[in-house]
Amino acid sequence: MTHETVPQDDALHEITLVVNGTVRRARVPARRLLSDCLRHDLGLTGTHVGCEHGVCGCCTVLLDGRPVRSCLTFAVTVDGAELTTVEGLAGPGGRLSPVQRAFAECHALQCGFCTPGFLCTVTALLRGNPAPTREEVVEGISGNLCRCTGYQNIVKAVHRAAELLAEET
Amino acid sequence: MSTRWLGEPVARREDPRLLTGRGRYLDDLGRDAPAAAFVRSPHAHARIRDIDVSGALDVDGLIAVYTWEDLPERVGRPLPLLIPHPALTHGRTAYPLARDVVRHVGEPVVMVVATDRYAAEDACALIRVDYEPLKPVVGIEEAVQGAQLVHEDVPGNVGAHLVQEVPAADGRGAREAIESAPHTLAFRLDIERSASMPLEGRGVYARWDGRDLRVYSSTQTSTSVRMAVAAALGLPLPQVEVIAPDVGGGFGVKIVHPWPEEILVPWAAMTLNREIKWTEDRREHFVSSAHERAQVQQVRVGFDDDGRLLGLDVTILHDHGAYTPYGIIVPIVTSTQLLGPYKPGAYRVEFTAVYTNTVQVTPYRGAGRPQGVFCMERTLDKIARYLGKDRTEVRAVNFIQPGEFPYDQGMTFQDGRPLIYDSGNYPEMLRMIKELIGWDSFERRPGRGIGIGCYVEGTGVGPYEGGHVQVTSDGRVHVSTGLTSQGQGHETAFAQIAAAELGVPIERVSVVTGDTRRFGYAVGTFASRAAVVSGNAIALACRKVREKALRIAADALEADPADLTVTDGVVHVAGTPSASIPLSTVAVLANPLRYAFDEEAARATQFSGAADPGKPPVAEGDEPGLEGRDYYSPIRSTFAAGMHAAIVETDPDTAEIKVVKYAVVHDCGRLINPMIVEGQIHGGVAQGIGGALYERMVYDQHGQLVNASFMDFLVPYATEIPRIETGHLETPSPLNPLGVKGAGEAGVIPVSAVIASAIEDAEGIPIDRMPISPSELYALRVNRRP
Repeated sequence: MTHETVPQDDALHEITLVVNGTVRRARVPARRLLSDCLRHDLGLTGTHVGCEHGVCGCCTVLLDGRPVRSCLTFAVTVDGAELTTVEGLAGPGGRLSPVQRAFAECHALQCGFCTPGFLCTVTALLRGNPAPTREEVVEGISGNLCRCTGYQNIVKAVHRAAELLAEET
Repeated sequence: MSTRWLGEPVARREDPRLLTGRGRYLDDLGRDAPAAAFVRSPHAHARIRDIDVSGALDVDGLIAVYTWEDLPERVGRPLPLLIPHPALTHGRTAYPLARDVVRHVGEPVVMVVATDRYAAEDACALIRVDYEPLKPVVGIEEAVQGAQLVHEDVPGNVGAHLVQEVPAADGRGAREAIESAPHTLAFRLDIERSASMPLEGRGVYARWDGRDLRVYSSTQTSTSVRMAVAAALGLPLPQVEVIAPDVGGGFGVKIVHPWPEEILVPWAAMTLNREIKWTEDRREHFVSSAHERAQVQQVRVGFDDDGRLLGLDVTILHDHGAYTPYGIIVPIVTSTQLLGPYKPGAYRVEFTAVYTNTVQVTPYRGAGRPQGVFCMERTLDKIARYLGKDRTEVRAVNFIQPGEFPYDQGMTFQDGRPLIYDSGNYPEMLRMIKELIGWDSFERRPGRGIGIGCYVEGTGVGPYEGGHVQVTSDGRVHVSTGLTSQGQGHETAFAQIAAAELGVPIERVSVVTGDTRRFGYAVGTFASRAAVVSGNAIALACRKVREKALRIAADALEADPADLTVTDGVVHVAGTPSASIPLSTVAVLANPLRYAFDEEAARATQFSGAADPGKPPVAEGDEPGLEGRDYYSPIRSTFAAGMHAAIVETDPDTAEIKVVKYAVVHDCGRLINPMIVEGQIHGGVAQGIGGALYERMVYDQHGQLVNASFMDFLVPYATEIPRIETGHLETPSPLNPLGVKGAGEAGVIPVSAVIASAIEDAEGIPIDRMPISPSELYALRVNRRP
C-alpha cells in the first residue's frame, strides 16, 4: 500500500538468468523485484514473499551461490546471474537434497511458507561451514523468521543435514 | 481398531511438496489474474469529504476503481457480526469500503483493479481522498473516559459489559469473601497488544464463469466464507465454492471472515467477468487485519495463611479496537480461563470492552487466555511472596484434585456451555515440571531467576465437524473434512486416524481439508479444535465404512462379520488366513455397475453373478459405494492443561533479559502424533516469548501504528528462542471416542506469566506489565533505588 507517487517507467528490459541450471529470459520493467520476476514472470512460485522489506527472509534465493533477499533485489540488476531457488535444490531425478530431507525428518517446517528461504540459507551455510556449532547454526539462520516452529527443530535439522552431507560426500 | 498409527511420530505427508516449492499458497494461484489493491485510510479517525479518482484513470493497465458508493446495496452493507452475545449491546462492524467515516489507520477506502499489482498500486497512489480529521481515541484509558467517541452512537465507547459471579461454597460472593479473608492484596496488571502475524498474509482469488463462483482464500474457515460470500452476493449456495489452499500460518487472524476483500474481490470478479486476485502485503497486514491481547486488569484477592484462595475479584478493561466482528470471545475466554487448574473460592469477574481508533481485536493464538493466565499466575506469585512461601506450594494448595473431575467451575464458557473440566492431573503435572526445570535444586542469585505458570485450556469447542471417507476400487482411501489447515499437519494426523480405524496402510490414505467441493459443512480451525472435532468425526466416519466393508466382505466370504478383521487393507476371516478379500474388491462390490471401466470393475457388473437376482442391486436403506460420512458434535469442550517453567538471566548493566532454560509439561489427552504436538508447543512458546519480551503494537497519540513493519515489530529470530524441554502427560478425555484434547494454542498461553515470574525472581521487583523490554526493566531498577 505504497502511497507515494512513483514515476512510471514502462520501458521493458530483456534479461537473461540461469535459474536452477536453465537459461530463462524475461522482459521486465526496471522496478520489477527479483522475487516478483521469479514468481510471476518465470512462474517459480516456490520463492515466497513475507514482508517485502528484507526482514523475514522468506524470499531468500541463492545468487551465484550466495543467499540474497530477492525482495530487495531488482531483477534487472542480476541480468546474467546464476540463481538457485527452492525448486532447484533437489538432486537429479528429484531426490531431495540432504537439507530438504533433514527438514522433513526433524519436523522443521509447519506451514511451510518460510521454508524455501530457510532451505536456501541453510544450503549456503553448510557449503561454507560443513560442521557448524550450535551457535554458528543459530547465527546462520538468524536472518530468517519462522512463526510456526520456534526454530528448535530447524536448528536440529541443520545439524542433521550436516551429518547427511558428511555421510554422502 | 488397529492402534498402529496412533501415537506415532509419523512423517508429515505435507512436507514433500512444501520442501520443493510445490506448495500452493494463495498468491501462487492465478498467475495472470488482474490484481486488486486498496487505498487505505492514513488517519485513525476522519470524515471522508471527497474521493477524487480522476488522477488514476490514465494509469496504464487500470481496469476499475470502486468506492463504497459504487457497491450494490447488499454488497455495501456492514460486515456481519459473527458471534452476537447479549452483553455485546453495542456491536459494530465495518463496511467493506469505508462509508463517510474511517475509524482506524488502514481501513479500506477505495478498491483498484489493474492488470498487475504494480499498476494497481500506481493507481492507488494517484487517488486523492479529502479527509476531515477527527480526534482519535487511542488506548484503553482514553476510551474509558469517553470524551471522544469512536462510534457516534456508542456512548462511553463501551461495546460490551459483562459480570460473571461464582459464589463460594457457603454462598458468599467474592467481594464479601475477600473482605473477611485473613489476607488481601490489590494490584493492577497491564498487557499490551500483539498480533498473530503469520508469514503469509491474507489473500483472496476469485473466478467467475458466468454461473459459478470459485473463491480461494487464505482462511481458517472456507465453509463460513462460502456462506458469507453467497449471502453478500445474493448467490445460491451451491453456485459458490471456497477453497483454502496451502495456508502460510493463521494463528487466529484468519478465522475472522468475511474480510472486506473476501466480499469485494469475488464481487469485482463477477462484475468485471474476470478472475481477480488480492494478496495482502506486510504493511497492510499490520494496519488492516487484526490484533489482540491489550487489557488492563484490576485484581483484588483474599486468601488464608496457606495461600488458599478465598475470593478473587477481577475487573478487566478490554481494548476492542474499532470494530467487533468476532464479538466478545476474547474477554469471555480471559474471564473464564483465568481460573486455570485452581479453585478460586468465590470469583467475580467483570469486563468492559471498549472501542478505540485502532485495528480491530480478534483472537490470536491463546485468544484471551494468555491475559487470564497472566492475571491468575501473577496473583499466586504475589500471594507466595506475601506469605514467604514457595510459589509452587501456593499453586498446589489451590489445585483441583484428580478425584474431583468432572469439575464444574460454575461459569459459562465461550461456546455458551458450562465450564466443566473433563479430566486432568494437576499435582502430577506440577511434580513433572518441577523435576524438568530443576525447581528444588535451582540456585537463585541476583540476575538469575526461575518462574512457573500453569494453565487450563478449553479446547475442541463445537458446534461440530464432519468427516467423509471413501474407499475407491483401487484400494485408496480418500478422507475429507471441512475445516482448514494452516501448518498443523492435519493431512498427516487425520491420515493416521483413518489408517488406524480402517486397518489400511497410511500410504493409501489421502486427506483433503478446507475445500467446500469436498465437504460443505464445517466450522473452522481455531480453539485447538481440529484433532478433537474433525479427528473424531473422521474416526466415526471410518467406523461406518468399516462396518459396511465387513458386511459386504462377510457376504462374499460367506462368513460372520464378527469374525472378520482388517489388516493392511485386506479383510480376513480370523483363524482362516486363506479366506480374505482386499478392501479394493469390497469397494468394487459395494457399487453395482452396468459398465466396467476396468478389469476389476467387471466383478460388479450385472452379468458377473455377484448379485442375488432376487433383490435390488442396492438394498433398501443402503447406498452404493464404500463410503461414509459422520459428524462429531461435542457436548462441551475438552480441557487440556499444561505447566511451564523458565530460568532467566538479566544483565546487571544493560538489563537485557535472556531465557536460558525453558521447560513444558503438557497434557492434551491422547496423542495422535507426538512429533506434531511437540512442534505445536515449540511454536507456541516462541510466540509467547515474543509476546513477553519483544512484540508490541505501538500506537502514537494520533492513532498511527508507528512500528508497522518487521523492522520495528520484533518477531523473535532463532537467536531469541531457547531450547525447550518437553514432557507429556496423557489423561484421555472421557468426552470423545479418541480421548483427545487439543494442542494448537497451548504453547503460547502461560509464557508471559512464566517470564514475569522468573524476572521478578531474578530482580526482586514486581513485574506487572507485559511485554517488558530491557529499557523498561532498567527503568524499574532505577525507580526502585532509594
